[in-house]
Amino acid sequence: MPASDADFERGGTAGGGAAGRLRDTEWDNPAEHAFDDCLEQPGSPKPSPILVAHNIERRFGGLIAVNVDTLEIQAGAITALIGPNGAGKTTLFNLLSGFDRPDMGEVVFEGERVTNVAPHVLAQRGMVRTFQLTKVLAKLTVLENMKLGGQRQSGESMWRALVPSMWRGQEQALEAKALEVLDEFNMVHMKDEFAGALSGGQRKLLEMARSLMTEPKLIMLDEPMAGVNPALTQSLLGHVKRLRAQGISVVFVEHDMDVVRDISDWVVVMAEGVVVAEGRAASVGKNPAVIDAYLGTSHAALSEEDGNG
Amino acid sequence: MDWSLIFSNTLRSGITQTAIIYILAAIGMNLHVGYTGLMNFGQVGFMAVGAYGVGISTSYYGLPLGVGVLIGLLCGLVLAVLLGMPTLRLRADYLGIVTIAAAEIIRLVVRYQKLKDWSGGTNGINGFANDFQEWNPLTPSAKYGFELGPLNLRFTGADLWEMGVGWLMVCLAVFVMWRLVNSPWGRVLKSIREDENAARAMGKSIFRFKMQSLVMGGLFGSLAGMFFAISNNSVQPDNYSRAFTFFALTVAILGGLGRVWGPVLGGVIFWMLLSGIENVLREAVSDEKIPTGIMDGVQVGQVRFMLVGIGLMSLMIFRPQGMIGDKRGIAIDARK
Repeated sequence: MPASDADFERGGTAGGGAAGRLRDTEWDNPAEHAFDDCLEQPGSPKPSPILVAHNIERRFGGLIAVNVDTLEIQAGAITALIGPNGAGKTTLFNLLSGFDRPDMGEVVFEGERVTNVAPHVLAQRGMVRTFQLTKVLAKLTVLENMKLGGQRQSGESMWRALVPSMWRGQEQALEAKALEVLDEFNMVHMKDEFAGALSGGQRKLLEMARSLMTEPKLIMLDEPMAGVNPALTQSLLGHVKRLRAQGISVVFVEHDMDVVRDISDWVVVMAEGVVVAEGRAASVGKNPAVIDAYLGTSHAALSEEDGNG
Repeated sequence: MDWSLIFSNTLRSGITQTAIIYILAAIGMNLHVGYTGLMNFGQVGFMAVGAYGVGISTSYYGLPLGVGVLIGLLCGLVLAVLLGMPTLRLRADYLGIVTIAAAEIIRLVVRYQKLKDWSGGTNGINGFANDFQEWNPLTPSAKYGFELGPLNLRFTGADLWEMGVGWLMVCLAVFVMWRLVNSPWGRVLKSIREDENAARAMGKSIFRFKMQSLVMGGLFGSLAGMFFAISNNSVQPDNYSRAFTFFALTVAILGGLGRVWGPVLGGVIFWMLLSGIENVLREAVSDEKIPTGIMDGVQVGQVRFMLVGIGLMSLMIFRPQGMIGDKRGIAIDARK
């Protein structure tokens, strides 16, 4: 198997050439043993959390949309956030990424308190997110979308913008990097298309690729597979695993349990704004609290009665 | 029908001072509306503070004209910051409401009779820019130019001087715009126009970029107002009414929003259209080709606006992207 090892090496270190893409399923998993000592219960402490939520609550009028005591997200791992519709997953995402502010509680990113920090500042610090409804910039080309993700661009100063020689070098480097990432996502041939002309699945890919341009430490994907055809889902899964292999932490919201089982190291289950369970994908499905959340209490009670009877 | 007169007048209207004023104002609005998605409906407010900034500082405070121009630009900057601070964090329509109201307030304040000594009240300020006429290297009353077949392209020295300075400013403005919108800065503006939250998620401070865009476009507006004031050697408060903003917006849309040359082309075509239709109608009425029962000379002014309106509506229906806009953008909008 020396050939495949070589392929793997190339994919893993260079961030994915053609060979890497073909061998999606063989990405290394640095988080394989990260959760060995973790208790499978809500709020369980992680060995090296990158993002921590303490006691955060968000109300919309009388409705408590999110009320999470403690949630720790392990660095370098893929964490899935699941739950039935209306469980508060997207609201929690918004609170964690700064797009919404909690009524109380605090969010800690890389050991620093970031509650009420503006979302663009969080993005600059390395926490980047995507949206449930993709937000590609329709009337910008794919390449322009990508280049927008570059951080600390000197040409984004209005005065320096007037003197191209002050930013052209950086722009060229950025373009080279954008093409490299697009190549990993098999999208180079579309670089001059308007992003608005892409299909739904391609937009998901573009949004993920664009997020990578910010060189994130933590990437938060809100339903990355929704509305994506099965073939593209496989390739998206490969990309997510590659991110983990590159040391990026991933949190994602998903409904498809097959996807969750396939790629997540850890699963957080929400229902009615509360974290009801945490654990590995294999065991969390058997947790009665999770069955309650998805199928309703009456069902659980019923099956218990059946068991007793 | 004197076709030579009609053609000459039409062509001249497209390149004289009025067109230049609208073009400069529309360049600013293009940056706001076309590139950043900022609904600025008070561009005339920026023009007014520019015009009054130079007018008051030179006439009331007796400062040199050059200093007055700098003060006019400063006024535009201050107005942009004042309007932007409370509104740029809100939804786009709030800026529209605030700008249109602010422009009206400015006009009503400067025409207020109790402030007559300072801003001239309803009479405005006159004769403060004599220096500008004195800097004219040409003889003001002499005729320059040439006749090209039936076209009469002769202008007085005074007009030619003003047009020269005006077109120089237009070229400068277009150059600045071209540099700005093709830079990473311009890319952020366009992304804000497309989706604020996406830009925010990419680590861009939306407020900062919107404010910069508002200031920059406002400065072009102030420049337009100052050129209006200085070339007429007069500021009249009622010249700075709401209609001006909407004509400037029309100019920007006609040429094509989100295109550097859009406002220039739009301004030239808009004034040629307006003047061409007026001249044809006027000649036709005086030749009695149109019966007075339908229209007389007094109504020509109104009818030309009706016809131009119909023309603009057809343009929006058949070519919604404007004359040089990008058709692909419209196709994407339709798909959304």
